[in-house]
Amino acid sequence: MIVILYLLLASLALGGGGLALFLWSLRSGQYDDLDGAAQRILFDDDEPHGRRAGEPD
Amino acid sequence: MTDAALIDRPASTVAAENAACVHCGSPTAPGRRFCCAGCSAAYETIQRLGLGRYYRQRLLDPTARAPRPEPPAARYDLRRHVVARSDGTCELALAVDGLQCGACVWLIESVLARDAAVLAGRVNMTTRRLRLVWRGAAAEAERLVELVEALGYRLVPFDPAALAMAEDRTGRELVRALGIAGFAAGNVMLLSIGEWAGLMQDMGPATRDLLHWVTALLALPAVALAGQPFFASAFAALRHGRTNMDVPISLGVTLVTGISLVDTFGGGTHTYYESALMLLFFLLVGRLLDHRARGRVRAAAEQLLMLRTADVAVQSPDGTNVRRPPEQVAPGDRVLVAMGERIGVDGIVEKGESPLDTSLVTGESLPMTVQPGTAVYAGMLNLGGALVVCARATGPRTVLAECVRLIEAAEARRGRFVVLADRVARAYVPVVHVAALGTFIFWLLLGGDTLGQALLIASAVLIVTCPCAIALAVPAVQVIASSRLFGKGVLLKSPTALERLAEVDTVVFDKTGTLTEPLLALETTPDVDQPTLKLAAGLAVASRHPLARALAAAYGPVPATDSVTEHAGAGLSCATPGGELRLGSRGFCGLPPAAAATDGETAAAEPELWLTQPGRQPVQFHFVERPRADAARVIAELRRMRLAVQVLSGDRAASVMPLATALGIPDWQAACSPVDKVTALNALAASGKRVLMVGDGLNDGPALAAASVSASPSTAADISQTMADLVFQGGKLWPVVQALVTARRARSVIRQNLTLSLAYNALTVPLAIAGLITPWLAAAAMSASSLLVIGNSLRLRRTGADR
Repeated sequence: MIVILYLLLASLALGGGGLALFLWSLRSGQYDDLDGAAQRILFDDDEPHGRRAGEPD
Repeated sequence: MTDAALIDRPASTVAAENAACVHCGSPTAPGRRFCCAGCSAAYETIQRLGLGRYYRQRLLDPTARAPRPEPPAARYDLRRHVVARSDGTCELALAVDGLQCGACVWLIESVLARDAAVLAGRVNMTTRRLRLVWRGAAAEAERLVELVEALGYRLVPFDPAALAMAEDRTGRELVRALGIAGFAAGNVMLLSIGEWAGLMQDMGPATRDLLHWVTALLALPAVALAGQPFFASAFAALRHGRTNMDVPISLGVTLVTGISLVDTFGGGTHTYYESALMLLFFLLVGRLLDHRARGRVRAAAEQLLMLRTADVAVQSPDGTNVRRPPEQVAPGDRVLVAMGERIGVDGIVEKGESPLDTSLVTGESLPMTVQPGTAVYAGMLNLGGALVVCARATGPRTVLAECVRLIEAAEARRGRFVVLADRVARAYVPVVHVAALGTFIFWLLLGGDTLGQALLIASAVLIVTCPCAIALAVPAVQVIASSRLFGKGVLLKSPTALERLAEVDTVVFDKTGTLTEPLLALETTPDVDQPTLKLAAGLAVASRHPLARALAAAYGPVPATDSVTEHAGAGLSCATPGGELRLGSRGFCGLPPAAAATDGETAAAEPELWLTQPGRQPVQFHFVERPRADAARVIAELRRMRLAVQVLSGDRAASVMPLATALGIPDWQAACSPVDKVTALNALAASGKRVLMVGDGLNDGPALAAASVSASPSTAADISQTMADLVFQGGKLWPVVQALVTARRARSVIRQNLTLSLAYNALTVPLAIAGLITPWLAAAAMSASSLLVIGNSLRLRRTGADR
């Protein structure tokens, strides 16, 4: 039944990894502007962001 | 009733809505594409940059400020807020006013990205802030800000240090708690399924204990972390000698976890970690949704505070101007107020003559003309020429600040309202826990049971009385009622507004802008014929003065007359081959002052415009306030609902009385100052009345806060929208009735829910005390009661709450 131990450890490691990623994304401010993130996808620019004036269109 | 409300809409409103400015969407003279030169310029800029998609993709938000560019004015000393970084770049944090939707964010970012100097310009739509990073001198800030302001947005710099304070800390904590609870609940649930499956088969006690230990290791830290929001609130309540809904939740979660831990140590068959975690997870989802819904409103309030703090231009003795924040202005300083600028201090006009928009301070819809010697107050908007004001009071001592203080004081009083759920919890919690303790002692001492058995029966009592159904009874109804009202154009801002609204027995209205239309209407008089009106309207479309707009709207679509000159605060003129045409005040048109005009009171009573043409008699245009189209119907309906109706107005009795009589309101009071209104409302409250206050001006702000619940139309001054518990959209008053009806229905459903969950407890608790219910059966019964409560709440969605 030692296989249960392996499975337990594996599932906890995966879940814990997910939790760690979530906490990191929270800390790095990815949940700060949910409204903006939801709307931004509708305004996907054809041209790359940060293009400077004067460059050809 | 919905159909009737639609039919009720007057044809003129539909026509007026069609004539909207292409750029800012605000009503404009019919037949014209733009409402002003600023909008036209903004439109051209956007088209030139190839960003015309903006107009197709945006969705104008009627509650937000229209994106109309204002004349450029140096309102702030931007350089004070610029943070220069070591790598030669500068950073500036700005609050953005006038954001409508995602397209605005895209537009601002695209325009900034096309500027060579800008390294980063990113708008946070939730907090409505813009972070701007550029390479170059700090002075560049002015140019970049103007770039965005020319599009019709207003930018206000703020201290990034204040940003940390304004950050949404509670929201973050809730999301963190939710993440942890979700992770732990999911994993514990999976382990529990394995355990239950094993119990049906032939899992050995050793494996079962292992699973219990692993779940305990997961659940204990998770409960400790994710339960924080509930524990903190429960602890705070207990420390003040009160209980609230969080107390039973915290106790339930702690006890269920504790019992499970005892079982884990003792090698028992059952643990209930998953129940505790699932409960936390679901409650946190509800809390977070609630928090987010109100976050938008809170952000708007913060925005308002920021927008109010414009720098003022102080004249030094040597004649130069220095921009300073209002709190750094000393009494006696000379402050220069340019056209289009809001006055930042209270004081007396020293030089200049100009009309002021005083609506924010007095609620008066017509501009007031000031001259040297007139007292002016912070918050008034200068519509005409430059003024020099000698400061008397600044910052916290201004009348505006006084109003804000009145509001805060009233808010604090209202904060003592106890929501129904907490009142129930106060009675419920002690009873339940005494019952569980009694059960435990009874079975241990008298029943002769072992410690473990007694504990198990007591825990069944606790689980069966788990406050799930009661905790859900109120929020479930509130979420459904709010979304229903939202669909009807009523925005509920306070979580307790529905409950307070249901108790209302008196409705108090402000007059100007609430019972009446925000815009004045032209009175039809025999000496104004159609050609004259057309001529005057053609001149009037050139101006944004309220009277000129009312005049232009009265005629309908009309081509603008060419080469019209606007004389600030006086009128409009136009040179024609036959001579000069003039439209404006009596004095501007070269007429002798009217006999009554010497008495300032009467002169202000009759808003008028004059038109002079060469070789013709001057023509007078009279304007009147028109009640909102459905005002009479709303008053009648409120009476039918057995509500007392009153009018408290800051306006003169001469204009309040006719309106009150026409609408059938015998109970009215005129010439009320903000303090009078608060006194009147407090008197009503003292006589045991529950008052709904409906108002729209800043002068109504304190009254809105003093009433037990308050409402504002979305056309109201920002500050009163911030104060009001609910904001309704559209040109009608009917939403007030809808909100009252929905609140009353919501209250009855909440009562049903509470009755249901108490009945469930009355049924199951005796069985649990008798030891007839095992804990897992208790858990099933508990879920069933929760579903019952949610199902009952959903009925609110289907029944006709319009009636």
